[in-house]
Amino acid sequence: MTKSSKGQNIELDLDRVAANGLLSRRHLLSAALGGAGLAMARPVIGQEPGINLEIPAWSKTPGPGTSPYGNRSAHAQLERQSGFGNPLYPGGGASRSPLQHLQGTITPNSLHFERHHAGIPAIDPAGHKLVIHGLVHQPLVFDYEDLLKYQMVSKIYFLECSGNSGALLYGGNPDGTAQSLHGLVSCAEWTGIPLSALLEEAGLLPEARWIAAVGADAASMGRSIPLDKAMDDSLLALFQNGEPVRPEQGYPMRLFNPGWEGNTSVKWLTQIKVTRNPLQFRDETSKYTDTLPDRTSLQFTFPMDVKSLITSPSGQMRVTQGDIYRVTGIAWSGAGSIRRVEVSADGGQTWGDALIESQQLDKALVRFSIPWKWNGAPAVLQSRATDSAGNVQPTRDAVIAAKGTINRYHNPCIQSWGVNTAGEVTNVYV
Amino acid sequence: MYTFRRMLKASTLAAFSAAVLVSTAQEQVKLGQAITEVSLAKFDLIAEPSGTGFPAGSGTAQQGRTIFENRCAACHGSKGEGNSDATVLVGGNMQSAATPLRTVGSYWPYASTVFDFIRRAMPANAPKSLTDEETYQVAAYVLYLNGLVAEDEIMNAQTLPQVRMPNAEGFIDQSHIQ
Repeated sequence: MTKSSKGQNIELDLDRVAANGLLSRRHLLSAALGGAGLAMARPVIGQEPGINLEIPAWSKTPGPGTSPYGNRSAHAQLERQSGFGNPLYPGGGASRSPLQHLQGTITPNSLHFERHHAGIPAIDPAGHKLVIHGLVHQPLVFDYEDLLKYQMVSKIYFLECSGNSGALLYGGNPDGTAQSLHGLVSCAEWTGIPLSALLEEAGLLPEARWIAAVGADAASMGRSIPLDKAMDDSLLALFQNGEPVRPEQGYPMRLFNPGWEGNTSVKWLTQIKVTRNPLQFRDETSKYTDTLPDRTSLQFTFPMDVKSLITSPSGQMRVTQGDIYRVTGIAWSGAGSIRRVEVSADGGQTWGDALIESQQLDKALVRFSIPWKWNGAPAVLQSRATDSAGNVQPTRDAVIAAKGTINRYHNPCIQSWGVNTAGEVTNVYV
Repeated sequence: MYTFRRMLKASTLAAFSAAVLVSTAQEQVKLGQAITEVSLAKFDLIAEPSGTGFPAGSGTAQQGRTIFENRCAACHGSKGEGNSDATVLVGGNMQSAATPLRTVGSYWPYASTVFDFIRRAMPANAPKSLTDEETYQVAAYVLYLNGLVAEDEIMNAQTLPQVRMPNAEGFIDQSHIQ
């Protein structure tokens, strides 16, 4: 920790790892040990005039007791942000996680992003059935109560809508936040039955190659999934972060395909038909397909690409000249775990390695950070992730060069947050 | 009431390495109740490109016009012109210089999807309220508006899946990347 008293210049003691103010992470670690907050340039020796600590009022009055269901502080009222919706199409729409206000890697269930195609069905689990049929030896139907008796596994996985960050491809939402631009990604512990166990119980016929998964919502939304995935790591998820999956996430049960575009993890799962070929549902032909510049379209683009995002400082925040910030964000990959996250403060000219603060689990969010001192000059903050398969997150220019600007899906591009001389942080394209 | 199954296969366990220690020590239950495909007649709405799953019945665009105007036109317009990019059903050209309008006619690769989607999800404010007969009629009308079938052409389990879609060859299957 720099031992400077108020007014002294501590610039000489700052250990820089990349241009434009990126510092060695020891500046964050030493700050944590010393109990200081964000702004380490402030003095730690001496006394700020005017600070006289007293016992606060809440330490003098007994508070309320226990409650049947916990609630958040009135001072921490994070919310999802609802997006589009057609008033004539009830229940269709999406809501986005408040990424810029979250820390760690687990998304609270109330703040997990949503995407519904015909609203949230009000399902009584006693009346819900899961059918497995098609190319099987014995078609089966399962009751919810019976499924609870199966051996389960618990895994922490991210879930990302393949439309996440799509606005960046056509240059829209210049004033967006981390939430409005990228909030269709969340991460939770999912507990459920390996789908392979249920498929093996029905008995697969030799010609089986795909499954069709259909939900019990008003759209009866369906997707086709290759059988290899279903037999590998797909889950019939019954619990999310320890509690029954919430209605907006598929109560009483959903399919969960780790690392794959969110739409394939069909919510309110009620039907699995084992088939020879994909079924060509609306949501795998008309939607969730990527039209290229030559006007052909990629179909069944399943794994989500390696990606990262600085969540703070981020769009619509403001930074103060001379302060040191914990630049932090999240990274993930559908192809494995995150090996490395680099951060740039000069629009990608120089990079410094960020600290990975969390576990580096397969197909799960990681949290990264790096200290940064804003010197008052314009800056562009970026992060760039590398996964365990060696994939490196591409620039926006590279994504557009490869896939053009007609496509709106599967955009993993590096996010650039511009900082102007007033300290205002906005989405920029570099 | 139920029988225990043998231990999970090794291949299953490999995919869930964290569960290996637990699963090898215990046995998976087997609680699915046997059913027949016949019992799914009112449950299974999947209409496949091969024609499998299409119900009995038939309809023409002529018959579908009134239903479409009463039940669909509020969002899709009486000629399928829609009131947004998300609701337009007709027109578009994938080879246009500007960003192509992607509709049933210009983009959808399979006619079976038209029937399948209408039957499972439309009309959006009252899905599954059309009879199979009406579904054939409305699907025929949507295909007719796109110039893909004649106004009096009978659409049924045999003919509808055979309707040739202009963009049928426009897709590249990426499913080998997992």
